[in-house]
Amino acid sequence: MVPNLMMPELGHFALVIALCLSIALFILPALGAHYGNQLLMHTSRSLSAGFFVFVCIAFICLCYAFAYDDFSVKYVASNSNTMLPYYYKLCAVWGGHEGSLLLWVLMLAGWTFAVSIFSKSLPLDMQARVLSILGFVAIGFLSFMLLTSNPFDRILPIPPQEGGDLNPALQDFGFIIHPPILYMGYVGFSVVFAFAIAALLTGRLDSAWARWSRPWATMAWGFLSVGIALGSWWAYYELGWGGWWVWDPVENASFMPWIVGTALIHSLAVTEKRSLFKNWTILLAIFTFSLSLLGTFIVRSGLLTSVHAFASDPERGIFILGFLLVVIGGSLTLFAFRAPVVKSEIGFSWLSRETLLVGNNIILCITMLTVLLGTLYPMIADAIGWGKISVGPPYFNFFFLPLMGLLCLLMAFGPVANWKRTQPQQILRLLWKPWVLSLVFAAVFPWLYGDEYQFAAAVAVFIASWITLALVADFIHRLRNADSFAIGVKKLSLSYYAMVVAHLGIAVTLTGVSLTSIYSIERDLRMEEHQTVHLLNYDFTMQALQKVKGPNYIADEALISVAQNGKHIAEMQPQKRRYYARGSVTTEVTLQVNLFRDLYVAMGEPIDEKAWAMRVHVRPFVRWIWLGVLMMAFGSCLAVMDKRYRKRQVKLEQKETSLVSLSVVQEKIIAHE
Amino acid sequence: MHPVRKQRLILVIAGVVFSSIAIGLMTYAMRENINLFYPPSKIVSGEAPHNRNIRGGGCVKPGSVVRATDSLDINFILTDGVAELPVKFSGILPDLFAEGEAAVVNGKVDDKGVFNAEQVLAKHDENYTPPEVASIKNSGDHKNDQAVCKVMTYGS
Repeated sequence: MVPNLMMPELGHFALVIALCLSIALFILPALGAHYGNQLLMHTSRSLSAGFFVFVCIAFICLCYAFAYDDFSVKYVASNSNTMLPYYYKLCAVWGGHEGSLLLWVLMLAGWTFAVSIFSKSLPLDMQARVLSILGFVAIGFLSFMLLTSNPFDRILPIPPQEGGDLNPALQDFGFIIHPPILYMGYVGFSVVFAFAIAALLTGRLDSAWARWSRPWATMAWGFLSVGIALGSWWAYYELGWGGWWVWDPVENASFMPWIVGTALIHSLAVTEKRSLFKNWTILLAIFTFSLSLLGTFIVRSGLLTSVHAFASDPERGIFILGFLLVVIGGSLTLFAFRAPVVKSEIGFSWLSRETLLVGNNIILCITMLTVLLGTLYPMIADAIGWGKISVGPPYFNFFFLPLMGLLCLLMAFGPVANWKRTQPQQILRLLWKPWVLSLVFAAVFPWLYGDEYQFAAAVAVFIASWITLALVADFIHRLRNADSFAIGVKKLSLSYYAMVVAHLGIAVTLTGVSLTSIYSIERDLRMEEHQTVHLLNYDFTMQALQKVKGPNYIADEALISVAQNGKHIAEMQPQKRRYYARGSVTTEVTLQVNLFRDLYVAMGEPIDEKAWAMRVHVRPFVRWIWLGVLMMAFGSCLAVMDKRYRKRQVKLEQKETSLVSLSVVQEKIIAHE
Repeated sequence: MHPVRKQRLILVIAGVVFSSIAIGLMTYAMRENINLFYPPSKIVSGEAPHNRNIRGGGCVKPGSVVRATDSLDINFILTDGVAELPVKFSGILPDLFAEGEAAVVNGKVDDKGVFNAEQVLAKHDENYTPPEVASIKNSGDHKNDQAVCKVMTYGS
């Protein structure tokens, strides 16, 4: 089918209009808010909608160009191919630098639009300012796209006949969902950033402000968590060697905003409930978004190379760096001038939930700093000419593990402690049982599981069960005055359950990470047909080696049957694929999964006619890593649904209905007369 | 002093002290755990330390890859056009490792001057260029190697 050649031009045009609208969105509502002009402030919502619509049009045009193989578009020509299945064609939209930027902007437009819809209960000037700041961020990214990396650049008059294909490593289900969800999280923090800047501008920084921004921060955090977990899950089975986290700079780039974002959602809780730490919360909001931008800069500037780094065009790097400096510099300057205006004089005692949350924030910030240093140091050293350096996992683990251990130990106290003041006796009375029980679990678990007694496993099990049992103890304590279990359960707020689920998620992830690292068995070995390999109580037998043809590749396949304690449990068919378009090779891992262990088989390379180098792993508890993150994300959904965020709207509706009923009564009176 | 102020001051001081300890530790850990990158010529000439984790990189010399048939041991030669570095590795090589392509190795140089690689990283796709090898390709004078070892990536 011949593609409509106008579509890319239409998309380009839509982007230009979106840029114009975002400039208007930045200027008009801000002017309106400054001069108190109602009309100008009211433009913010329709401008956001317009911005969203035109970015959508541009995005659809690019999808169209991909769907119809319009190779006159340079970006399509280098990232797609006629042989690609349609779903990968559509996802190839974010397979390269230009398109993933467009996805970034689409997410930004989506969040902006969402703010304009869900913030009707905000005061008008606040709303105008927030949307105006989002407009400013949009200007930065749209002009970046139009000036340096336009996805609609054409190869005319003679377009190529065939495209260069999507990187085969990306042709996978993970690629369909990982980038959009990760970007939802990244970009979501721009909303909190906008709220923070608006608060600085107006000086209105109170509990109400925290209540407005909290759901946005929580939502963005949830998306970012899932996005990171998806990336880790994808890397685990796609890259062919089972690495779910290797402290790669790209992983760190997404992890740093997550760490500070975690600090932010906790600090926001204090600001909402107790009107404390206001400046600190603002600062965290600024840093979280800045780290999202820094992540984009690190990944997209060509400073480092990996599957994620698309462009090594210095012009692009300098543009993002410039934008980063404007955003961080500008917001910090604003903070320096305006922050003293918003201060609080409320005290709290040393043993209180506030103090524990300060601890949480300090530990998380230090963790972020260690990751930041380890990530940036090689780049800085390279730039100054200290030589080419790489910082490996030992450095990161050296800090991350003890810091997280400390954080998780403290975490159990948080929910139990009261705001303002907590009696030590209360904590002792509530938590001595969980402490003792956890110690017992920790002592027993490594003894029952595995052949050798692993002390590290004991520590991990202790911390995880300590978090869990403390939550249980707290839950029972909260129900003590309820007439019945059901009533008590109903009475507790949704945000309480959100916290419980998310904290349990941390415990689950922690268990997964530790036990996988401790108990995994990984063997790289030579395997022939009909040869059997024993790992723990599993027997892997290679039944046959064969050739298989796919839509756009040809593959070597190994047929492997797995038996557990001599009983057949599964057939596994790992593949080594060679793609026609660029002749590139990928490893297709096969997994046999249950809640307590993964069996992982991948083909390495042929050694001779009959034998292959194979990778065989048994990985206990690896699913728990991602399961825990899903629980955290579910927790953030619950938190956002808490009814106190809807209170205002309910009140408004009540007012309206009462007005309506009033007018009905009036009409009736009139009718009577 | 106002008690609230005092408390805040203590919190700030605690934060500063805690952070400085952390930063001190960080620089220490950093010194222990960074891996410097050396091109083959510097490793062969003895400029790179022995028995310490380093990173090397260059082109895999065409025809130099020898795989054992009964194990996963593999030997190959990395070159930057100036010197040739013998590398020993046991395990599975990345998909895009090939003769005439660039590769980065992590590991230690033993006393015989052989690089014992714990990890081999190879080119991922022709779109991605790592700075480390970009600098190698300019220094070499082997025309063939230059032609095939244009670009590569490492890491993920």
